[in-house]
Amino acid sequence: MSAVKTLGSARKVRASHSLAPRRPFAVIVLVVFGLLFALPLIAMVEFSLRTTTGHGLEHWTGLFDPANEFRYRPLFGGLVESLTLALIAIAIVILVLLPTTLLVRLRFPKLVRVLEFITVIPIAIPAIALVVGLAPVFGASIRILGSGTLVLGLIYGVLVLPFAARALDASIRAVDVPTLVEAARSLGASWPRIFLRILLPVLRRGIVAAAFISIAVVLGEYTIASLLNRQNLQVAIVGISRSDPYVAVIFSLLALAFVTALLAVIGRIATPKRKVFDV
Amino acid sequence: MTPSGSARTRRLPRNSGGAGGLGSAQRLIPGLGLVPFALYVLIFLLIPTVLALTTGFFNRSGAFTWDNVAALVDPTVLSTFGNSLWISLLTAALGALIGAVICYALLSFSPTSRLRASVEAISSVLAQFGGVMLAFAFIATIGVQGLLTVLLKDVFGFALYPGEIWLYQMPGLILPYLYFQIPLMVLTFMPALSGLKPAWTEANATLGGTSWTFWRRVGIPVLAPAFAGGFLLLFANSFSAYATAAALISQGSQIVPLQIRTALISETVLGRENLAGALALGMIVIMIVLMLGYSALQARTARWQK
Repeated sequence: MSAVKTLGSARKVRASHSLAPRRPFAVIVLVVFGLLFALPLIAMVEFSLRTTTGHGLEHWTGLFDPANEFRYRPLFGGLVESLTLALIAIAIVILVLLPTTLLVRLRFPKLVRVLEFITVIPIAIPAIALVVGLAPVFGASIRILGSGTLVLGLIYGVLVLPFAARALDASIRAVDVPTLVEAARSLGASWPRIFLRILLPVLRRGIVAAAFISIAVVLGEYTIASLLNRQNLQVAIVGISRSDPYVAVIFSLLALAFVTALLAVIGRIATPKRKVFDV
Repeated sequence: MTPSGSARTRRLPRNSGGAGGLGSAQRLIPGLGLVPFALYVLIFLLIPTVLALTTGFFNRSGAFTWDNVAALVDPTVLSTFGNSLWISLLTAALGALIGAVICYALLSFSPTSRLRASVEAISSVLAQFGGVMLAFAFIATIGVQGLLTVLLKDVFGFALYPGEIWLYQMPGLILPYLYFQIPLMVLTFMPALSGLKPAWTEANATLGGTSWTFWRRVGIPVLAPAFAGGFLLLFANSFSAYATAAALISQGSQIVPLQIRTALISETVLGRENLAGALALGMIVIMIVLMLGYSALQARTARWQK
């Protein structure tokens, strides 16, 4: 009886002191905005199902119809190109950014702030402004490296820096890297062995998160590719939208679903249920 | 500390191979490990940034000129900057307000609730949902044949486009931009709002304050930097957005990013050769001011989030 009473008065106190809005207000706000935000997504699905007579899967199945192969070739080409670009960007993250971040943490702690500053620059410089300076670098690099895809991939490596660096940084902070490295060194492990057998496994969540966010960023990139005249996925989607808006919407939907899945995985691995340590 | 020392001394003979210059060799060899990243960032980030900032000062034959930068005060260019600032201001203000209201509504649910976790997850996806795909989402919704356009017409007899099709012009950017601005505000503002301590409301109540006094004297002053910081972030976000506008507005240069496109594609704009450089310079200067303001406000916000 008294317990019930205490509970009741506690609730009353909470009600008068609480910051929270009344529940009906909260529910109405969330439902209204939830519906408004769902509308464009529903509209995309509906649009992609339209046929001349009503609704159907015509446009979805038509995508894989051999008869349309020639028409949709640029689209699938753009997809392959974007996936290749994502791989190059991921390679930069794992082979260049990750060792540098670790090296800076372990041996040059004074440079941590410098590295942080460098990795945020791509957020402060809009892609549309950066592309003005990238155009000459792009031309010169292609003459040296020979492949436009490779050079654009290297440029995308820069675009993903802010996101990838944050993901790597979070996982490096979560474990005591210096102690692990010292322990390994004192047991006589070589640096490559430490990197491959200790750091990569311990930091795998951060590395996977960095890789996934890189894929998400690269698959959505349009600005730089379009102004450097490269056919990536987004450029191809815009290209086909004039003649076949349905397929443009279908590809947008698929890309969005894929990116959502990637980000969901990142969200899941970012909150580890077990300690990161038990490899 | 000692283990690290011993580990290093054990390594030294192998690395430096001699007695002299141990200290410098010890720093030099790991230092070499920084070279690939330094070179990479130099070529693909720093040089392009410097080029973007400076090409406006040169003409095509490489001679110094004020001509392009002077074009920044050309009425055409000024009005484009005006348009960009206007659309950024509008979508940032609306996005910040609506985002804050959604955050406030979320306070009604426990921080550990599934609902809050999923709203945050959805926001992080939608805040990334920019670019071309967003343009198509809105063409499918409020385009001439869009779902909402057709529904409004068939069910309510309401014409979304009585005159011009504004989706493919400047006003058409507002709704798509809000679609990524509001979730971004939810992501930025929610930590600050949930950082308001229950103890403060209790203190306010003990001192005889009403809920109104709490918001006026405590809540709003504490949240103001976070709100303003979120607003600046949103402003910068829409100021630098290009792809959505490019996909919706295929012709013309109503906002600065589109004017850069025009300047890059055509040889001369307003009779000038390197106008893109001057426009990029103008954009970057504005962005840097916004980001400095944002980081200053972030520092103030962090003060209450311990």
